Parts: sequence; C-alpha cells; structure tokens
Amino acid sequence: MSAFADQVYLLGRRSVVRTIRQPANVVGPLIFPLLLLAVNSGGLRAETRLPGFPTNSFFAFALAVPFIQGALFATMNTGTDLARDIQTGFLNRLSLTPMRGIALLCGQLGGVVVLTIAQVAVYLAVGYIVGVRLESGLAGLVVIVLFAILVGLGFGALGAFAALRTGSGEAVQSLFPVFFVFLFISSMNIPRNLIAVTWFRDAATANPVSYLLEAVRSLIITGWDAEALALGFGIATAIAVVALALSSWALRVRMAR
Amino acid sequence: MRTLQVAQGVAWRTLHNVVTNPSLLLPSLIFPLFFFTAFAGGLSRISDVPGFDYPNGYTAFQFVFVLLQSAVFGGVFTGFGIARDFENGFARRLLLAAPNRLGIVLGYALAATGRWLITASFLTAVAFAVGMRVGGDGVDLFGLYTLALLMNGAAVLWSAGVAMRLRTMQAGPIMQLPVFLVLFFAPVYVPLALLQGWIHGVATVNPVTRVLEAGRGFVAGQPTEVGLAYGTGLALVLFFSIWAVRGLRSAERAG
Repeated sequence: MSAFADQVYLLGRRSVVRTIRQPANVVGPLIFPLLLLAVNSGGLRAETRLPGFPTNSFFAFALAVPFIQGALFATMNTGTDLARDIQTGFLNRLSLTPMRGIALLCGQLGGVVVLTIAQVAVYLAVGYIVGVRLESGLAGLVVIVLFAILVGLGFGALGAFAALRTGSGEAVQSLFPVFFVFLFISSMNIPRNLIAVTWFRDAATANPVSYLLEAVRSLIITGWDAEALALGFGIATAIAVVALALSSWALRVRMAR
Repeated sequence: MRTLQVAQGVAWRTLHNVVTNPSLLLPSLIFPLFFFTAFAGGLSRISDVPGFDYPNGYTAFQFVFVLLQSAVFGGVFTGFGIARDFENGFARRLLLAAPNRLGIVLGYALAATGRWLITASFLTAVAFAVGMRVGGDGVDLFGLYTLALLMNGAAVLWSAGVAMRLRTMQAGPIMQLPVFLVLFFAPVYVPLALLQGWIHGVATVNPVTRVLEAGRGFVAGQPTEVGLAYGTGLALVLFFSIWAVRGLRSAERAG
C-alpha cells in the first residue's frame, strides 16, 4: 500500500510539475473562461430584465460557467499529457517497471485535482472582487470546491480514456469542440425555463452539463437547493464512475505486458 | 500579370486543400452553424428585453454577427494554413519559385474569400430555412456580404502577417485570440444601446461595432452607419495589407 502511495505521489507530482512548466496549460484554463465570463456578463446583462430571471446580477448567474469550462480544459490537459506519454514511449518504459498502471492514472488525476483547486480559488476570488457573495455561505464554498473536484476528476478521466484508446494528442484535442457543443447547448447563458425555442430547451434539459451548471449556480444565487444539488452531484458522480471505469479498462489494455 | 498567376496558383492549391480535406472544411461549416444555433435558438428571449427594438427578430439579429464572425474566422483559419506551409517547408519553396512574391499574399487572400463564400452560402441557406426574416432588398444584402468580404480580407491579412513573421503553427492563438476579443467586445447579443457599464464603453470605440450595426441595418432594410462601416472595413484592409507585406519581407529575410 505504501509503495502504491509513493507511486501515486511521484506521478502526481510529475503531472503537476509538467503542467506548471507549460504556461499555456495553466494560463489557458484560468484566463480563457474568465474572458468568456467577462464578455458574456457584459453583453448579456440586459437578460436580467426578463421577467422570471433568478437574479439581478448576470455575473453571479454566469459565474458557474468557468467551473465547468475549466473542467473541459482539465480533460484536454490530462488527455494530451497522457497521449504524449504514450507517443514518447514513457508508458512502455513504465510497463517494464514494477509500477502499477493504476498509479499512473491516479497520479495524473491527482494533478487534475490540484489544478482544479487552483482554478476554483481564482474564479471565486474574481467573483468576490466583482461583488458576488455566495447565498449558501461558507459551507456552500466548501461544497463548490468538492463539486468542482468531482467534476474535474470525471472529465479528467474522460480525457485519459480518450488518450489511452487513441494514443494521439491530436485525437484528444479534437474532442474539445464536442465538449464545447455540450457547454453551449445548455443553460449556460439563460435559465432553462426562459429558453423560448422548444427544441433548444429540450436539448438543454437532456444535456447533463445543464445540471452541473445549475448545481454550482444554485449555491451562488439561490442558497441550498436540494434538487439542483442532488441532480448535479448525481450526474457528476455518474460521469466520474463511468469515466474512471473506462479509463482503468483502457489502461489495462494499453499496458498489457 | 506574374503576380496574378502566382496568386491564382496559391489560391487554387489552398482552396483545393480545404475542399478535399474534411478536417479543414467541416469545422469552418459547422462552427458558424453551431454559434448561430446556440445564439439564435438559446437566447431568442432576449428580444423580449425592454428596449430591444430590432424589427426583424432575434434570428436575423444574430445571423449578421455569425456571418461576420464566419468571414473573420475564415481569414484566420487560412492564416493557420499559411503557418502550416511554413512549418512543413512548402512556403520556403514557394518563396523561391514565385517570380512576384506579393502574389503569394494575394493568393492566400483569394483563397480565404473562396473558403468563406462556401461557408456563407451554407449559413445563409440554413438561416432562410429556419425562417429568418429579412427586411432589406437585394442591394442591402449585397452591401452586407461586401462588408463581410472586407472583414474576411482584413482577417486573412492580419493572420498572414503573423504567420509570416512567426512561421509556426504555435502562432495560432496569437492570430485567433485578439480577433475573438475584438468580435465579442462588440454588441453581440443586444443592440449597443442596451449594453451597460464597461462593455458599452469598449463596444462604442470598437471598430467592429460599426460594421455590425451597418450589417444589421442592411438586413432590416434600414441602412445605418454605412459610410463609417465601409470606411472602417477599407481602413482595416489597408492597414493589414501593409502588415502582411511587411510580414512577407520578414519571411524573405529569414530565408
């Protein structure tokens, strides 16, 4: 057990150090979601004048988006790094050592968790500076961090699965637009009950990303909404469990000795 | 004459690459359509916001933005191709072979135009198919598409200048990010008058705002700020032509 913990620690540290050494991998997930937040919260502020809009601050409404968008970047980073390990032969060399394959996955995802915590801290700090106060208070902040970690783990494992199956960084990168479609066809910019076009509202309702957004959003602008949290945590857990199972299976196949 | 021949050759090759390669063609068709769907479909209730007075509905309002966005990104994506040509050595051979190198820049610009015309036809067909209401006549629409062509030209010249200076695919974000910001710091979702705070200030001085407002005026059949929009478009093309030619000289010096 101790040897396994050491392996996870070493590979986790490697993942974090490698991310830090590539500024684009740190700056992108931090800055790009904040830029989109700035653009959308400025441009869509008029939306708060719609009858039934849940808050008078569009910034508070939209603050949930960077959490999910940041997780998408985590997917890409994890997948691309792992694909590079495959392409450069690191994984093959690893399979010649006594190191357990699952330690690689845990280490890689450990790196995702560290980056996720950093992202959450930045997003919440920006929100606080702009004047957003969590309706759910300090306990809500803890729940948001836990939720973001769960989502980051799930999406990171999806990226790892894609990398392990394809062994190609380009293939992993090509997933980004697909995830982006899920993000945009959701309640990202407007509450589902205010979407006027029926098919779009149905698509947003069927889209799991809507519930991930609404869980975070509820803690920011509503307080404690049991339904939103149950749906959000339920879907995030399901994604994480399925993605971890898939990536563990793909890892076993890839590291068959 | 030699310039035109070089331009023709470069444009044909670039367009051929795009049209015969689904990984290049499909994103330039699908992304504008996706943005059109996400904005016009998901945000149509914004037309109920007090003060939203665009007469032709939210679909037409967003169509103009997405059309201009597709024109600009058609230029930027062509810039990615230029960077790729430098990375794989093709552009250097082109510099050696071309009797007049200005034709290279012109050829890439023509290719960007051709590429965008495919996207624009597709997007326009979809917009009409979903019931977009147009108040303007043929002359107004010609004005809109000409304006978009100017933006396409400015974008490809900007990207060509970057690609020829840096000569690597890693220059992609440098080509893309400023363009993305300039586009989205315009009144994308609501008319300028409904923007508040810092974004209103930024949008007011953003040259793309003039182009967007004029484009929306054309579709509504109530042309507005036409001279200013065309002046802005032409100025951007002129400025980035100088930028691109200086980029070409930089590539020549690099050998």
